[in-house]
Amino acid sequence: MARYWQKERECASREWMKEWQGQQLRETVRRVYENVAPYRNRMEEAGIRPEDIRGIEDLHLLPFTCKQDLRDYYPYEMFAVPMEDVVRIHASSGTTGKQIVVGYTRNDLEIWSDTCARALVAAGADKTDFMHVSYGYGLFTGGLGLHGGAEKLGMTTIPVSTGNSKRQLTIMKDFGSTVICCTPSYALHLGESLKDMGIGKEELRLKAGIFGAEPWTEEMRKEIEAELGLKAYDIYGLTEIIGPGVAFECECQSGMHINEDHFIPEIIDPDTGEVLPLGSTGELVFTCITKEAFPLLRYRTRDIACLDATPCPCGRRLIKMKKPQGRSDDMLIIRGVNVFPSQIESVLLSLGYTAPYYQLVVDRINNTDQLEIQVELNEEHYTDTIKSLQQITRSIAEGIQSTLGISAKIRLVEPRSLPRAEGKAVHVIDKRKLI
Amino acid sequence: MFIKQLSVFLENSPGRMISVIRSLEEEGIDIRALSLSDTSDFGILRLIVSKPEQACEALRAKGSTVRITEVLGIGIADQPGGLGKAVQLLSEQSVNIEYMYAFTSPYNNNAYVILRVEDNEAAAAVLQAGGVELLSPEDVYAMGKE
Repeated sequence: MARYWQKERECASREWMKEWQGQQLRETVRRVYENVAPYRNRMEEAGIRPEDIRGIEDLHLLPFTCKQDLRDYYPYEMFAVPMEDVVRIHASSGTTGKQIVVGYTRNDLEIWSDTCARALVAAGADKTDFMHVSYGYGLFTGGLGLHGGAEKLGMTTIPVSTGNSKRQLTIMKDFGSTVICCTPSYALHLGESLKDMGIGKEELRLKAGIFGAEPWTEEMRKEIEAELGLKAYDIYGLTEIIGPGVAFECECQSGMHINEDHFIPEIIDPDTGEVLPLGSTGELVFTCITKEAFPLLRYRTRDIACLDATPCPCGRRLIKMKKPQGRSDDMLIIRGVNVFPSQIESVLLSLGYTAPYYQLVVDRINNTDQLEIQVELNEEHYTDTIKSLQQITRSIAEGIQSTLGISAKIRLVEPRSLPRAEGKAVHVIDKRKLI
Repeated sequence: MFIKQLSVFLENSPGRMISVIRSLEEEGIDIRALSLSDTSDFGILRLIVSKPEQACEALRAKGSTVRITEVLGIGIADQPGGLGKAVQLLSEQSVNIEYMYAFTSPYNNNAYVILRVEDNEAAAAVLQAGGVELLSPEDVYAMGKE
């Protein structure tokens, strides 16, 4: 069985990688300078010409890209190719009003499939395997990303998508799924449903699972492995960079190998933007050096992590990243959906039923993330019937659902009862203990 | 002709009720009747008290969310059939009762019912036409003094 999907890349020497990255970076910088007006303007402002970037040692000269840029240049201004060359659009979940839109050329999709195929091979999969894709299909990158990788690898790919656990398990059993991918919390949920349905895990043929899109712990890994009878692998990615497959775990499970022949990682100080020495913990930044349609330069992920360049026993020379330990902003990931407290605040303010004070309580109950939004009742909207108060909570829940795409429990609390912060308000209580 | 009822919003957590009751006690306000409606998260404490305006101010000063709602009070014979007669009248005229609660008092040896309906005027007319005794606000506020 092949242990690598693209051995010449995955096990390439550091010298080759540095040379390749430098060459691809020069090419990418030249291309975005020519084709992406926001980048050209920003480089001109900073007084940088494409020829100033000679290799990866000059990467730090380039301006950062952040999520707000993608909103400002929505939908297509950051695209580096004519739309006629774009064959696929994806969008990120859960943002107020404007989603973040990314595009792929045919070649980008090939790269994406390769990065996901590497993850699958590292998890022990080959073309004889049956790939059960329980990530959502659609604008979300999870489903189609792993799907592409599985097909490219030649696996028998089953595009089940999310939801309906009973059906999932029936398909898994009848179709003989051997590899599954979904969010880790959904994997735990499937484990419970398995028990409820009275199916023994030995009746399934699962051997490996690839789980990502939300934070999870080693304890969850053990539980998933025990409940579903498989080996659980972590995968990392983000829509802005490509989707799942930016980094993946090998059998050593000691960090995720970054596909750095496509995405150059840096760790920076989130406050100063200064590049930190190898091994430091800081904000993870990626530069895309092979993508055609949507190549971001120095994209700030807001994920806090560290890089590990020690040689991996698996033979891959790709640098590893530790599982992200948190965020440098206040973004929450709830059931795989990215949620910013400011988005919730704007929904609350636009409805006007409540005072501008709120608190978010996130917990994981029965392996599913639960979001409770505590809001102070606005006295003007207080009538003396339960019915009208429930109408308020229902309207807020509907507003949150339609704007952010997640369900939340709304809890009305007494006016002036939520904490008032002196400086920056602390709006979030995360009880999930994932890190 | 309508009785002023206090509706206090309460979070469903220990200590909320006692703070409201103590605030009334400190003001020397007498509670005639009360009813608590609850959901899993919050409740509404509805009170008929001797001095509704003063009670409302006192509770607001303590940070409570209070609203005064006008409700109907009726006096009925404290025996089987007493309540049925009044409710039957409202039902026949399609008057919807949002909520109601009852109490007894030594006053006239009657039982008393507080009713919250959509249209107080209409409901009062129906009840009066059917011969049901409507409580005046002054009667209710002063009941405990006898």
